[in-house]
Amino acid sequence: MTDAPEATPIERPSSFASEAAMKRLKRRHAAERRFRAYGLVAIGFAILALLVLVLSILTQAWSAFTRHEVVFDLTMERELIAPEGRDQPEQIASNVTGFNTLVQQDLLATFPETGRTRQLRREVFALTTRLAVLPIAHKVAEQPDLIDETVSVRAALSDDLDLYLKGGATDRRAMVAGQAGIIAANEAGLIEIEEIGDSRFAAFQSAVADLEGTDPSVLLRVDDTWFTLESINTNSLIASYLTGPAPLLGDRYETPIDALIIKTPASNRTVSDRQIAWTTMLNEQGRIKRVFNSGLFTQADSTYPELAGAAAAIVGSIFTMIVTALFAIPVGILAAVYLEEFAPKNRLTDLIEVNINNLAAVPSIVFGLLGAAVFLNLFGMPRSVPLVGGLVLGLLVLPTVIIASRAALKSVPPSIRTAALGLGASRTQAVFHHVLPLAAPGILTGAIIAMARALGETAPLLLIGMVAFVNEVPTRADQESTVLPVLIYKWFSGAERAWEPMTSAVIIILLVFLVLMNLAAVMLRRRFERRW
Amino acid sequence: MLDKTETSQPESAPSDKDTKIDCRHIDVFYGEKQAIFDISMPIRDRSVTAFIGPSGCGKSTFLRCMNRMNDTIDGARVEGEIIMDGADINDPTVDPVLLRSRVGMVFQKPNPFPKSIFDNIAYGARIHGLASSKSDLENIVETSLVRAGLWDEVKDRLASPGTGLSGGQQQRLCIARAIAVNPEVILMDEPCSALDPIATARIEELIDELREQYCLVIVTHSMQQAARVSQNTAFFHLGKLIEMGETEMMFTNPSNQRTQDYITGRFG
Repeated sequence: MTDAPEATPIERPSSFASEAAMKRLKRRHAAERRFRAYGLVAIGFAILALLVLVLSILTQAWSAFTRHEVVFDLTMERELIAPEGRDQPEQIASNVTGFNTLVQQDLLATFPETGRTRQLRREVFALTTRLAVLPIAHKVAEQPDLIDETVSVRAALSDDLDLYLKGGATDRRAMVAGQAGIIAANEAGLIEIEEIGDSRFAAFQSAVADLEGTDPSVLLRVDDTWFTLESINTNSLIASYLTGPAPLLGDRYETPIDALIIKTPASNRTVSDRQIAWTTMLNEQGRIKRVFNSGLFTQADSTYPELAGAAAAIVGSIFTMIVTALFAIPVGILAAVYLEEFAPKNRLTDLIEVNINNLAAVPSIVFGLLGAAVFLNLFGMPRSVPLVGGLVLGLLVLPTVIIASRAALKSVPPSIRTAALGLGASRTQAVFHHVLPLAAPGILTGAIIAMARALGETAPLLLIGMVAFVNEVPTRADQESTVLPVLIYKWFSGAERAWEPMTSAVIIILLVFLVLMNLAAVMLRRRFERRW
Repeated sequence: MLDKTETSQPESAPSDKDTKIDCRHIDVFYGEKQAIFDISMPIRDRSVTAFIGPSGCGKSTFLRCMNRMNDTIDGARVEGEIIMDGADINDPTVDPVLLRSRVGMVFQKPNPFPKSIFDNIAYGARIHGLASSKSDLENIVETSLVRAGLWDEVKDRLASPGTGLSGGQQQRLCIARAIAVNPEVILMDEPCSALDPIATARIEELIDELREQYCLVIVTHSMQQAARVSQNTAFFHLGKLIEMGETEMMFTNPSNQRTQDYITGRFG
């Protein structure tokens, strides 16, 4: 009936299992398998990249979470630390020189040979940082009865030696050079260690010979006396005195010669041979402790890596985030609600929409310029404060919040709106009672993503002066402060090697912040969603 | 009915004192496009009026004029008078929010709020301040659910979400929600099109019961449904009212050829 007899019949494959059909089917399946394989490769690559990133930062940062401190048992001599009297806590607290003198006296007593020249004194005093005595100064200022008592004081070891003890900065090898024989002075004013009869001597000889031409430091140690190797003879060592008690010339020693071969030439490192020797001695005496670097979380920035902390940046970041959230989230949500639910659809709203999308793509540094021009110059707000930083970042993420919120509002089914309106709810009631709660999880996710972007933003903050050196933890949003990503930038550009692990440590702190924010987002989402 | 000659409406049901809503010369435009052409009709109180016609003929649009839901659509424009209890509801002084509390609406797809059954019913009463106390509110919820024939099925789980009910139950929940505001008119836009025959029968029963107290207007695609539940039927085609009259007359002896064709399934 339907088939006209003259119509040409459609050519159908004789069967669905024909050879051509099977071939096509095979190709289709193969294409699907290929596509899945590509997906797996892509995901695997992403995971690998993430692992490499996290691992490299973690291994870098690991050493920054501990630090070495030198223990001093100091008698708090009143004349030195409180020359103006015990009842002057402010003067005691700021008397860095006085406390430092105590530390220096102790170092001189520990290594008496360093008292001879100014150069040596300077070298030994560099074991700790001048400002490392500040905590004890504050403690004594608070408890004046400690004056003239002996107090156990811990001072941070200088960052270079800290790094040395953690195994960084130098390439070194410790070995025994042999059994010491007679130590004598030779005609050139050098020391000659003679009659070294030991099988270990040959191994030492070849180890030194391997480093020929690389200018290594070879430190030799007999008892507590340290020498620097000058040359090796078949049966003796020519060395020069480095530090420690003067050797008894002509005497026969029965102790082994410990050798420390530092492959990095002295000119390429920031720690001297003597400082290495002293640090080794102090370490052996148990006077160097490796402790958790709590200063990283409690102290503000410092020019000395061993004293520097991220506290100011952490607090600054928190203040900045609070200002950003308080500004961008309510304004963004209200703008989105208005545009999505109330605004008439006309040229003007179209223009606004296009511009919001464009703003989201504007480079962040432009917002920094805007902030500098408007907040600092026009409104005369102070530089380097979280209030301004937060406002600039708020402007930066506002388009993101609006776009995310609009998408969330758009995804609420229109039937909910008509249901509410049909019941006689006003538009505002329909939005605030029904649409907004349903859109809340989406809005929240968008807001948190925007906050995360703001947290990691550096460029606009540089322009409003948040790169300033801040050595006090801010307590209000209108005090000078810095933020974590800016601190990373600053520390990364620091000259000393010790800044490297410190930088990684701050990166980890920043990542922890981000993970916490995302966790908060997920949990809030769950809570909101469960209500429905 | 009016002194104007009615070209597009060959026959209208007589306008009498039972008229709840009197629509006069309604034109509806969506932007430039005209969707409704000069429709006039009276709608009787305490009875069911059914709108039938092929898809896109303007039945839903016309229905939505009666509680001004077209206001919420951008570019929609309604012209003409809709007199309800002696006042034009399109008058600028009439608050659409207030109007919608008098003219409730049930939609094609059940659209309960994603809240508890209790909150679904209580919402309208809350925003209109109909309940002065908690027990008042509970009373309203119970009465509405009883009237919608849903009470026995949900009385033990008023706190569970309304979206967890079956399709038919959800639609009755929506009817109960509309009743809870105590409206005078209930508009139903294809209330059974998403339901199975058993749920449909249940709703039709309910519509028949509600007729005692409310003025009901129902848009439907099912001729049988219109025949079963309505007292008056209006046939729309291409935005025009072709014929309106008592349901029995319309289905047994339509005066217009197109009505005849549509009812007998020859077009549409």
